[in-house]
Amino acid sequence: MARFISIWFRYLATDWFSLLNPEYKKMPFVLRQPSHGRMIVSAVNAAAVRSGISCGMALADARALLPDLHVLDDEPDKIQRVLYKLAEWCMRFTPWVALDPPDGLFLDATGCAHLWGGEEKYVQEMTKKLTARGYTVRVAMADTPGAAWAVAHYGKNPGVVPAGGHMEALLPLPPEALRLEPQVVERLHKLGLHHIKQFIHLPRAALRKRFGVGFLQQLDKAVGQELEPLQSIQPMEPYHERLPCLEPIVTATGIEIALKQLLEMLCLRLQQGQKGVRAAVFKGHRVDGKVEQISIATSRASHQVSHLFKLFEIKLATIEPALGIELFVLEAPKVEPHLPQQEKMWEAGGGLDDVRLAELVDRLSNKIGERIYRYLPDEHHWPERSFREATSLQEEAMTEWRTDVHRPLHVLPVPERIEVTAPIPDYPPLLFRHKGRVHTIVKADGPERIEQEWWLQQGQHRDYYRVEDDEGNRYWLFRLGHYHDETFQWFLHGYFS
Amino acid sequence: MLAQLQSDILRLQGFKPAASGLGALSLGVIDEAFPNRTFPLAAVHELWAPAPEAVAASSGFMTGLMAALMRPRGVAVWISTKRTVFPPALKAFGIKPDRVLFVEVPREREALWAMEEALKSPALTAVVGELRDISFTASRRLQLAVEQSQVTGFIINRNVKPTTTACVSRWRITSLPSETPDALPGIGLPQWRVELLRIRNGRPGVWQVQWQKNRFVIATDQPPATSDQQPFQQAG
Repeated sequence: MARFISIWFRYLATDWFSLLNPEYKKMPFVLRQPSHGRMIVSAVNAAAVRSGISCGMALADARALLPDLHVLDDEPDKIQRVLYKLAEWCMRFTPWVALDPPDGLFLDATGCAHLWGGEEKYVQEMTKKLTARGYTVRVAMADTPGAAWAVAHYGKNPGVVPAGGHMEALLPLPPEALRLEPQVVERLHKLGLHHIKQFIHLPRAALRKRFGVGFLQQLDKAVGQELEPLQSIQPMEPYHERLPCLEPIVTATGIEIALKQLLEMLCLRLQQGQKGVRAAVFKGHRVDGKVEQISIATSRASHQVSHLFKLFEIKLATIEPALGIELFVLEAPKVEPHLPQQEKMWEAGGGLDDVRLAELVDRLSNKIGERIYRYLPDEHHWPERSFREATSLQEEAMTEWRTDVHRPLHVLPVPERIEVTAPIPDYPPLLFRHKGRVHTIVKADGPERIEQEWWLQQGQHRDYYRVEDDEGNRYWLFRLGHYHDETFQWFLHGYFS
Repeated sequence: MLAQLQSDILRLQGFKPAASGLGALSLGVIDEAFPNRTFPLAAVHELWAPAPEAVAASSGFMTGLMAALMRPRGVAVWISTKRTVFPPALKAFGIKPDRVLFVEVPREREALWAMEEALKSPALTAVVGELRDISFTASRRLQLAVEQSQVTGFIINRNVKPTTTACVSRWRITSLPSETPDALPGIGLPQWRVELLRIRNGRPGVWQVQWQKNRFVIATDQPPATSDQQPFQQAG
């Protein structure tokens, strides 16, 4: 049996402004918004309501009623963000929370209430906590979102509507409780239909004719004959574990224990499903409503508690518990099949398939970022393109590494300009100057001409020379362009062993 | 009797006799300089290379050593702030370039951390770190890491004046003019002057080493002193 909760923040905007400035709590004050060239009241607080001011009133009328009325500019965007934050905070009660703009929330509480010792206590706890945060709320629980909304907004005593009892709860409520369009509500009242019980049993054909299809849909949603599509603010992760704490946790040891417990719970489930984590997020919901989170990624699916814990451990210090963390959540947004035969390679050990190697790569990349490279040969003559990054630890080379050409062990990231003395065309230079030092060339090999790969890049060819100076150091030089072009330049590209 | 005692002392000091699978590394005459007459594995070696030319020469000698260690399916990690190694060139020194993982750390500080993490992992055969400098404490940490995992570490130290470290050895490799058969023109096989400046429980020395088709060839005659180097001094 599905159970839904509707939370109505009676004075969401004004409550929020009162939180920023507690003085406003006592005095009547309203928020204003321009509409069609005049100012209207867009939100009121409890004190202003008692003086007879209501939403939608022209600001001038409200001032006439109460000359010392305090007025502030409304910030609807900000209020929506506040509502979203509240929705995130409500994730502690159920993993499924949807927004009900402008000032409400829907919670799918199916199967959650027993954790709080029954539905009554569950709703009370919710009301108590939200009131303690400074919001006036009306909370109702029923079998359908529509009925819960109706009771929260128009019920005499909002609270828990027992399972199956939502029809009775709806009957005495006014038609506004069905979330109808204002014109329809107005027409209903004109016809003397002031309560739902007066028209709910009328023939459907007659109702559709008079009030339209939308009216029937709203009625069916409240009654439960039609499902109401609602979107949770965060899609539920299939691999997701929660650990609520009786007392807020502030110590590092406490957080570590919580993480370990969650990992054990998650890894057990993963193991049973033959799955492994590729990415995981650890969240701590703080007492003050903020959410602290750290995330990790692995290079191959893993359900080893110790390995995943080590990855989190490096980042654990960045969690700021402040006044305490009351709920820990561990999610695995990315899981992959992890078959038992992969486990066997661990036994064998050695080589690139070793699990311990993958674990090392994870540890390094979680601290310094994706800066671990493995290279495979690529079929290009241009030296900078003769190798490429491998996509995984296991990827095999498609071609052999070339050994027929001499390449230096160390290259400069960017070839550096040098001055040379090269009197004879296409002969190696006699000496070159690099960083102020003159190297006299004793031996040389070359040239090895490497043409630009025109289908990838335009430019001049390079004539490479391997040279050895009088001290025995070996260098890789090249001339860009033809000797006769007059625009040629010489570069130092690498050091041979 | 005396040899037996000596090896017992070495074992107690943490020098384990070469493991059966790794016996392939034999350096001929140079082996005489090492404790137990075997190249110390599961230790951190330091190569002092103050200039880019020296870095290239040191890397050449070192990759030659690593190639022997990495046969048949070892994996190495090469840590630096900016990769300067040209991966295809490793093949000429007997290493399959796709069995080396290059780690580029954003700062020098992370290089030490990454090196320590890598040295702790028994899945690796060798770890290379190109560092600007290393303190005694940091090198001690690295040495402790390898004692657990049996990985061999190499540090290319680019400091001009290196400080004392806890590394098992300090090498200095400089290029020597290459030789071509029958004095043909062109550049011949790589040739180095290999100086073992410091070795724990061994005897330092200096040799002339040539790299020939996947193996070292050590010249037996006295190495020539090149013009730019100070005369060889017995260190330690």
